[in-house]
Amino acid sequence: MFRTFRVIVGRDLTLALRRRTDVLTTLFFFIIVVSLFPLGVGTEKETLRQLGPGVVWVAALLASMLALERLFEGDFRDGALEQMLLTPQPLAMLVLGKVCAHWLLTGLPLVLIAPLVGLQYHLADESLLVMMLSLLVGTPVLSLIGAIGAALTLGLRGGGVLLSLLVLPLYIPVLVYGAGAVAASAVDMAHVQPFFSLLGAFLLLALVFSPLAAAAALRISVE
Amino acid sequence: MTSKLYKYASPATFYPLAGWMIPWFAVLAAVTIVGSLYWGFFETPDTLGGSNPQKEYYRIIFVHVAAAWMSMWLYVVMAGWAAIGLIFNTRLSFMMTAAIAPTGAIFTFIALWTGAFWGRPSWGTWWDWDPRLTSELILLFLYIGYMALHGAIDDARRADRAGALLVIVGLVTVPIIFWSINCPDPNQCAALHQRSSLGNIEPNILGAMLGLTFGFWMYSFATAFSRIRTIIISRERDAEWVRQALETKR
Amino acid sequence: MREFFSQGGYALFVWGSYGMAVVLMVAEIIQLRAKRRTIAARIGRMLRLRAQENS
Repeated sequence: MFRTFRVIVGRDLTLALRRRTDVLTTLFFFIIVVSLFPLGVGTEKETLRQLGPGVVWVAALLASMLALERLFEGDFRDGALEQMLLTPQPLAMLVLGKVCAHWLLTGLPLVLIAPLVGLQYHLADESLLVMMLSLLVGTPVLSLIGAIGAALTLGLRGGGVLLSLLVLPLYIPVLVYGAGAVAASAVDMAHVQPFFSLLGAFLLLALVFSPLAAAAALRISVE
Repeated sequence: MTSKLYKYASPATFYPLAGWMIPWFAVLAAVTIVGSLYWGFFETPDTLGGSNPQKEYYRIIFVHVAAAWMSMWLYVVMAGWAAIGLIFNTRLSFMMTAAIAPTGAIFTFIALWTGAFWGRPSWGTWWDWDPRLTSELILLFLYIGYMALHGAIDDARRADRAGALLVIVGLVTVPIIFWSINCPDPNQCAALHQRSSLGNIEPNILGAMLGLTFGFWMYSFATAFSRIRTIIISRERDAEWVRQALETKR
Repeated sequence: MREFFSQGGYALFVWGSYGMAVVLMVAEIIQLRAKRRTIAARIGRMLRLRAQENS
């Protein structure tokens, strides 16, 4: 079963890296959105420092959501998805593999570039670290939850907007605690730990339940 | 016994049953709503004192709380029918989920609107990102999300099942969402916001609130049954009994 | 009577709330009936056409 996982991750990564533009557009969308806010709200240091955590997290949410459409789309279009539904391997495992590859391509880059973006908002060094960690724990949850939405809206016209409508409410707890962790780190580092406990709990729950729900959604959408 | 139960799972049997029940629900709704409002406006004090003083505008509470309760319970009922539909594969259950959704969304909007109109005179602002109002807003998004998904899928079976899965996923995440909004800083929320226990409310106010809630329940039954009848004849249009039912204009 | 309508000066808020609730609930009922009429008419027409084709 673990071999299935590895195979799927490898396959998806290879396929995606052949079209590197897809991966890069998500990253650049994130950077652009984050850069737009100071132009809109003014560049005063204190304002930016307060807004920073929230803005970066919302941008991460949006970027993650934009990338979701492509999670199942390619395989759906060329029939590979139907084949996946027919294999004896547990579909949830295949989904987990796809989501993992997806996160490596769209979530992990955000984590890595977060410090640069945090500097634009004049965040303190400890806050930068907390921001990276919160994104590291939180973006996989976004990918996992988003996979359910992507599976439900597979092949529908107006899919992208519909996907956002379905998935954004479900993202809210991750947003609240992810941004909250970074905001708390600016006040007192000691207060940050409960936020990560919660984010970690979300990650565990999502790892267990999302692939199952997304697999069920795939069966509903394809059959 | 189970065969009798399954009989009512057939749209053809349920259609006339719902048909004669609707007027009763409607009448009951009208009577209890009007009665509860009379009770709430005329049998209660004009202003409230105590730790949280309120002026005459507090009477908004009846419709605000009743609508908020309905918005939450209707979502749970929707999820229940969705689960039954997915487990037993009964068309009618999915139709019931779809029939309830618009009514639930309307009550959610009413809760938000009345909440804002209550907030303006009492807190001084139309909107405050108060945890409860914010949760209601998210609930509205969940309702709209279901209706959008259900409407976007042409194939009836896929629409039903996808919508059902969405409602159930929503239901599971609703406590988490509400809790995260209520408690954005885990360091600081041992106890959630002021728990106004029902026992402390003056009996007449509580009575009117519960009465109005019951009235809204009756209203919801009437609208849901009405809506499901339209859904049934639309979906089952090829069946012989539909032709006969439409001819006799029942 | 006047006191009932003015609600201690908060008429806008109280009647604004109840007014919206009433408007929405009545609109829902009207929309339900209109939708039923349209669908019943459409299906009726379709069934009549089908009966004609078959005869």
